[in-house]
Amino acid sequence: MENLNLILPEIFLSLSIFATLLIGVFFKNSYNLVTNITYIIIISLLLIIFNSFNTSGNLFSNSFISNSFISFFKILILLGTLFVMFITQDFIKETKINYFEYPLLLLFSVLGMFFMISSNDLISFYLGLELQSLALYILASIDRDNLKSNESGIKYFVLSALSSGLLLYGCSLLYGFTGSTNFEEINLKMELDNTGAIFAMVFILVGLAFKVSAVPFHMWTPDVYQGSPSSVTSFFAVVPKVAGLAILIRFVHIPFEQLIDQWKSILVFMALASMILGAIAAIGQTNIKRLIAYSSIGHIGYALAGISTGTVTGYSASITYISIYVIMNLGVFGCIFLMKKEGKYCEDIKDLTGISKQNPLLAISFLIIMFSLAGIPPLAGFFAKLYIFMSVIKSGMYTLAIVGLLSTVISAFYYLRIVKIIYFDEIKKPFDEIKNIGIASTVFLSCLILVMFFLYPSILNNIVNILSVN
Amino acid sequence: MNFPILSSITLLPTVGALFILFSRSEKNKNRNAINLSLFTSIVNFFLAIFLWHSFDKSFGGFQFVEEQNWISGFIKFKFGIDGISILFIVLTAFITPICIISCINSVKTRLKEFLIAILILETFMIGVFCSLDLIVFYIFFEAGLIPMFLIIGIWGGPKKVYAAFKFFLFTLLGSVLMLVAIISIYWITGTTDVTQIFEIKIPVKYQYVLWLAFFSSFAVKMPMWPFHTWLPDAHVEAPTAGSVILAAILLKMAGYGFLRFSIGMFPIASEYFIPLIFTLSIIAVIYTSLVALMQEDMKKLIAYSSVAHMGFVTLGIFTFTTQGIEGSIFQMISHGLISAALFLCVGVLYDRVHSRLISSYGGIVNIFPKYSFFFAVFMLGALGLPGTSGFVGEFLVLIGVFQKSFLVAILASIGIILGAAYMLWLYKRVIFGKLEQTELKELKDLNLSETIVLSSLVVTVLVFGFYPNLILNTIHASVEELIKNYEQALIFNLNAMR
Repeated sequence: MENLNLILPEIFLSLSIFATLLIGVFFKNSYNLVTNITYIIIISLLLIIFNSFNTSGNLFSNSFISNSFISFFKILILLGTLFVMFITQDFIKETKINYFEYPLLLLFSVLGMFFMISSNDLISFYLGLELQSLALYILASIDRDNLKSNESGIKYFVLSALSSGLLLYGCSLLYGFTGSTNFEEINLKMELDNTGAIFAMVFILVGLAFKVSAVPFHMWTPDVYQGSPSSVTSFFAVVPKVAGLAILIRFVHIPFEQLIDQWKSILVFMALASMILGAIAAIGQTNIKRLIAYSSIGHIGYALAGISTGTVTGYSASITYISIYVIMNLGVFGCIFLMKKEGKYCEDIKDLTGISKQNPLLAISFLIIMFSLAGIPPLAGFFAKLYIFMSVIKSGMYTLAIVGLLSTVISAFYYLRIVKIIYFDEIKKPFDEIKNIGIASTVFLSCLILVMFFLYPSILNNIVNILSVN
Repeated sequence: MNFPILSSITLLPTVGALFILFSRSEKNKNRNAINLSLFTSIVNFFLAIFLWHSFDKSFGGFQFVEEQNWISGFIKFKFGIDGISILFIVLTAFITPICIISCINSVKTRLKEFLIAILILETFMIGVFCSLDLIVFYIFFEAGLIPMFLIIGIWGGPKKVYAAFKFFLFTLLGSVLMLVAIISIYWITGTTDVTQIFEIKIPVKYQYVLWLAFFSSFAVKMPMWPFHTWLPDAHVEAPTAGSVILAAILLKMAGYGFLRFSIGMFPIASEYFIPLIFTLSIIAVIYTSLVALMQEDMKKLIAYSSVAHMGFVTLGIFTFTTQGIEGSIFQMISHGLISAALFLCVGVLYDRVHSRLISSYGGIVNIFPKYSFFFAVFMLGALGLPGTSGFVGEFLVLIGVFQKSFLVAILASIGIILGAAYMLWLYKRVIFGKLEQTELKELKDLNLSETIVLSSLVVTVLVFGFYPNLILNTIHASVEELIKNYEQALIFNLNAMR
């Protein structure tokens, strides 16, 4: 008898999604009800995962595994989803996309991510990936009367389907050349000079790079971020990246362990290109969502730089980086959802003028988050970058380190520009009063973590180091 | 002594800033904020004086050392001071209350935020001078950019955005290379604790590159020619208190960095790059003095004169003689006082007339007798008149330089003459002559707070001028230690090469 406790979170999640779906169908206008149930589901899931944090093992002839590394990422995904739902609740109601399917689609996507990062087999990996993506396609176009939302959904679907196709092709090649779909067996049967396997690895990396929007597979990101409703954008910017990074680390660490020289050069290139493009392309943006899209591309570049070292310190630096990235992005989106003028949410950067006079606390929070994103000490963003470059320089990759740090200088420019608009420019139109205390406290919490991080900067590292040993 | 006095001095301003943040302000015109900030900064100044008093002047190593595990496994939060850093802490603690008093009259908008920014900046500045760990140093060094960026950008002049961005990006660009170097040092030596690195000694083959990386940061911050272009912009656009802090303390961080880190960690490379430093310094001294001569804007003139004076500092540091190094430390302290005072003097005029152009003044002595007296003392201090603190620094530096190179010393002396030229000419055009601008006639001379601020600066400038041992006694043991270590490293390297 296999120990089904390992898969308990997934079982619980799937059953509760179906149960909630029934509730949603039978009650009219059930968005609020379903949302509240979703909160309960997420919180109980968090408890379940905390409870079995350290248990590790595998299931179903080693196609599904669970350990503390995976549990950590699951918690990160859940926390991200929880806070995204929390800060977007009002926005969803005001833009009239409060269908009861909305929170359920988020949960479906989370379920897909859970399966994806726990998978130890190419087939279960692919199924998880597709479940996650399908839910995201619908979410991108959920504002169905809005042309842009539809456009972004289709764009995301077409490009993502293409990348999934490439990824699937890579999987089939890998099976053909190694004779197995299990990650560990692939690693064992991988021979050196296995050209076919290298091709497979390239295809799979391309597919994953698309999911985390690393350059040169980033083209969809700005358009989809801009077109989707802001609530969906905030989810896109936070949660799928975490899952994508987790599975990327697992891929390079287990099945492709012996191809390290090959994937290292690919990842170094992608990291460099993402950092540079993220920094330069964001300078010209005027729409805040597009700007965040490019900034997220840049940040993924830093996370990839950590992975590209191919060392355990590098992986743990990336995990720390992505965790701090989640906190910063939740803060940014919280600020965006707080800033309204005449009932409309600000999307143009120029609309942010004058917030510092009208609402000094919000302005200073935005300031802290921006400086943290730019990586200026003593904020958390600096420590995230410090860990990454510690590991990069340890591996002797000086070019990567110097280019990476120079691109932080370039990217500091556009973060500073936002600070300039908030603080230096004169007010034009007044902002609406802030009524939503929930979002405000989320922003405050995020700032508090970013500012106080320097008191005990090794907290994340200590957790993450334990994980990487496994 | 177990009480963590260094951490308290560093953190106290931030605590004060937090109190100000939560103080009530709307009704009584920021009274609370002003009182709180003055109280905090003056208490901090007395703490610093107490620290100076209880400091053991005969011991050259680090005192009041505090250690705390910080980033587990690799970085310790380490504080400690020696004779070189203690004076900069006192200087910072002295200049901050002066800035606060001066900004009460001149800052019209968002005074509360301004005071918070200045107090937080004080924390970061003192942190720079206390830290004995490279990462901790880097954090404080960089963190100072945030409040300074806001001070220039929010309360600055018409071209404030350009100046603030230029200041921020220039400094950041220089500093990231230093970060790469710091991390490399960690992987080379296994620690970022400065005292341990001094003992371990970084292998010579790495020293050159690492020295250049540190140089890129300090040269921008100093600023040395040709990296100085951000300074005139930042000074001109910053509000008076911002200029004062920038000139008095932020520029000193780089000189301090050279002394503490470049020479201490990379003695061989420092020896190797002496010609580079001398060339750049001499160009700075002569060229920027000539540029200062031609300025129309008073703040710009003083900004360029700062670059020239900093040229003396780098010259003195890289002579590696007792006189040279002590002279450059003295010069930094004295320049911290005098340039702060000069910017305050310009600020006094600017508050009344709202012009910084030299041509809008003339004949001020007829209406501002007190002001003209103060301005005269500082002007004479800036050109190095014996009896003021400016003289001692330049004189000692020149003695040090003479021992190294006759030519360089002569060129540096030309700089002093040029310095006298532009300062005297500035004074003549602003203070003397006929009072032609009729709108100036109704203005009032210094008020009480301005008199307090300027006279306290006059007293310190004269005291240090007449009794330089006050400073020299404090720094002597540490400078001897520095030079001893430097010479030992050179001899060790020579033996190794044989």
